[in-house]
Amino acid sequence: MTDITASSFVRQDLVVERPAPVKTSGFVGTLRTRLFNSPSNILLTIIGALLLWFTIIPSVKFLIVNAVWSGHDRSACLAEYGACWPYIHAKLPQLIYGFYPEAERWRVNFALILAAVLLVPLLIPRLPAKGLNASLFFFAFPVVAFFLLHGGGITGFGVSWTAGLLELFDDSIISAGQVLLSLSETSVIAPLLWVVGTLIVLAGNAIHWLIFPLTWLRDQLESSGQSLWTDFVITTVVVSLIAFVIGGGVRAGWRPLAASVAAFIGIAAVIKLMGLDHGGLPVVQTRLWGGLLVTLVVSVAGIVTSLPIGIALALARRSTIPLIRIFAITFIEFWRGVPLITVLFFATYMLPLFLPGNFTVDGLVRALIGIALFTGAYQAENVRGGLAAIPRGQSEAAAALGLSWWKTTSLIVLPQALRHVIPNLVNSFISLFKDTSLVSIVALFDLLGSLRASFADPKWSAPSTLFTGFAFAGIIYFIFCFGMSRYSLFVERRLNVHRRN
Amino acid sequence: MSTEARKPPLQIALKIRRILGGKAGWNGVAVQFAFAAVLGWIAYEIISNARANLENQHIAAGFGFLSNNAGFDVNQTLISYTGSDTFLRVFVVGLLNTLAVSAVGIVFATVIGFIVALCRLSPNWLVSRIGEIYVELIRNLPLLFQILFWYLAVLAALPNPRQSISLFGVAFISNRGLVIPEPIGQAGLGPFLAVLGVGIVVALALRIHARRALFLRGQMIRIWPYVLGLVIGLPLVTMLVFGQPFTVELPHLKGFNFAGGARIIPEFVALTLALSTYTAAFIAEIVRAGILSVHKGQMEAGSSLGLSRGTTLRLIVVPQAMRVIVPPLTNQYLNLTKNSSLAVAIGYPDLVSVWAGTSLSQTGQAIEIIAMTMGVYLLISLFTSFVMSIYGWRLNRSLGA
Repeated sequence: MTDITASSFVRQDLVVERPAPVKTSGFVGTLRTRLFNSPSNILLTIIGALLLWFTIIPSVKFLIVNAVWSGHDRSACLAEYGACWPYIHAKLPQLIYGFYPEAERWRVNFALILAAVLLVPLLIPRLPAKGLNASLFFFAFPVVAFFLLHGGGITGFGVSWTAGLLELFDDSIISAGQVLLSLSETSVIAPLLWVVGTLIVLAGNAIHWLIFPLTWLRDQLESSGQSLWTDFVITTVVVSLIAFVIGGGVRAGWRPLAASVAAFIGIAAVIKLMGLDHGGLPVVQTRLWGGLLVTLVVSVAGIVTSLPIGIALALARRSTIPLIRIFAITFIEFWRGVPLITVLFFATYMLPLFLPGNFTVDGLVRALIGIALFTGAYQAENVRGGLAAIPRGQSEAAAALGLSWWKTTSLIVLPQALRHVIPNLVNSFISLFKDTSLVSIVALFDLLGSLRASFADPKWSAPSTLFTGFAFAGIIYFIFCFGMSRYSLFVERRLNVHRRN
Repeated sequence: MSTEARKPPLQIALKIRRILGGKAGWNGVAVQFAFAAVLGWIAYEIISNARANLENQHIAAGFGFLSNNAGFDVNQTLISYTGSDTFLRVFVVGLLNTLAVSAVGIVFATVIGFIVALCRLSPNWLVSRIGEIYVELIRNLPLLFQILFWYLAVLAALPNPRQSISLFGVAFISNRGLVIPEPIGQAGLGPFLAVLGVGIVVALALRIHARRALFLRGQMIRIWPYVLGLVIGLPLVTMLVFGQPFTVELPHLKGFNFAGGARIIPEFVALTLALSTYTAAFIAEIVRAGILSVHKGQMEAGSSLGLSRGTTLRLIVVPQAMRVIVPPLTNQYLNLTKNSSLAVAIGYPDLVSVWAGTSLSQTGQAIEIIAMTMGVYLLISLFTSFVMSIYGWRLNRSLGA
């Protein structure tokens, strides 16, 4: 056996070492591959760097380096061209609370803290009791926040409200019938009108006698001293009994009964704590509200009201009943086809004309109604997308188990559909939050409106005031919107975990 | 002998039930009746309340006010308008201003949007980061905030006309707006435009013919020299024959303001800037998503067929990306048009500002005016969705074939 090294096929000397390949990782590698790998890329890098140089450096200079940090009026900010932070400091209460009385501002702070305490656990997927949490945020919180921010108390409860509402409805039906009857004296189709009118009046009278026990009870309660608490107890008993019977009676109704009683005990605690039974907190008119408070109130109210509207409209649009489907399509397409600002004009100028003359609606509430309808139509389309994504087998399986349409929808289809569209819903909320700035056009002072109003103050009129104000408001808007969009991305990624490989 | 399949029973009652009540049957019919009754009741309440309220305020319902004199001025009009014209003319002026700002905004938004999308897709790290920052920053700030920022902070901080910023000596920007050269029509304008129109139409017909020849017979026809001749050559010849179609009047400083040229009011400049940069951020995301939606294998397949990179992009990647891009892009155009109603915040005389704002406060005819304003936007959006459904139908047909 010959030595392998002696063979002429095997080289005797080492190959010369080649230079290491160009480094493509690490900081220098990134620079080389992503910034300077070709002449055109070098040019782009230079242009980009110049762009940054001419935007970032002046901004930093304006906001921090040249900024004025202390002073009492405009004279402090005239010396140098930099952000005038004392102006923001002086206007901060106005930008956050508007003209909310200073002594009552703790109520705003408390409401904001309450909202955060309820919202944060709702947003963290890992925490339990989502149902309770969501119902607290969507149902209990708006009511508590209303009495906290607006103030005032209540004199009646379930019985008197129901009685009042039914009475109003009944009166309207009877008056409509009487209008038809009076028309029948002159019209060509008199007999038909007379018959319809008489029928409507008869129905109205029947309803009147049907609800008579309720109205009688209400009158009795009002004449007695402790009307609110008696009313409350009666409502509690009636609603709990209904929950018990609907929940399944002796067989399975104990849980709904317990839930209902617990809810009413909670309501009673809130009424007692806030003193709603004797006047509540002092009333603060909504025209005194302003700044970030209005922005948050409008967006939270929009979020809370638009979701149920959207779900209802989406289900109606998928319904097979012709009239309901047509109505839902028309409604959704109408609101989606017009700009929000015309909706706000509609709510401000047209809505008061449609309501009875003695019935005035607060300016903020009018804007809220417009925003709720507008956003509801957009949410309906989001929810519809989610409903369409649920395979038909799900509802067929539910039908095979013998579930009714309501149970199929509320237990099987909707929970899955809503989970699918959380990112889209959050994106809608982002645009809703941005759109709240439009209420400043209909004379409500939200953050942007307050900012604009503060520019008019001669005490602080300096060349740098405008840019400072916009920078401050911009940062607030950006934090909220960017936070929400990151959250939506987070949820989307979490939902798609099983799809990634 | 085979037995013929029996016809299924007609089931007329079942069909009627299905049509009237959907899957829910007679229950559905009952629900509909209840729903119709509620709707009728609401409509009755609205009408009777509105009638009573209008009577209290002594406002006559109806569109008779349209022929009354408006009596206020509008600071930008595309058609001739004076204070003594009717409200109907105010409506048209506002509508034209809305359409003008939307059209200009759409053009700029598309251009900026595509540029930003290309930046975001660029392999260059810095450039793609800049694109990302732009998109995140713009999308997370309210549009009204941006409009007010441009109008109150940026444009108002510009120098006065005497120290205005010159853009290459032809356009000047100052706190009184933008002054640009104005083309002034001459004798040759009519024939020039006519010939240009004919040239474009013939060029389009030529293109259709060439494509048909390519698809039906596989015949390549080189058309670009003819197209060039038709679109550029013919108008040039007309210019030589009939004389210059228009002259350009350059603006120049005279006293404290500019003389000559066309002045664009600062509200228009601010609104266009804000609308186009805002919508561009959304368009950039749409375009990026569209281009990323085309599978990488398409590009590879194209090159394996021997097509060059440009041809692959033009014939394979872009058409598929466009299919994803066009519907949301149209949606954004519609959004831009609707968002132009924010002009009311800075006083640009668009439809909402002069019609639902000034005219409403002058006449008090809230119902008619707001209904007309909403109707216009609704018509625009319905028209767009009609065009888009035709597009979708054609797309489905071409995919199915």
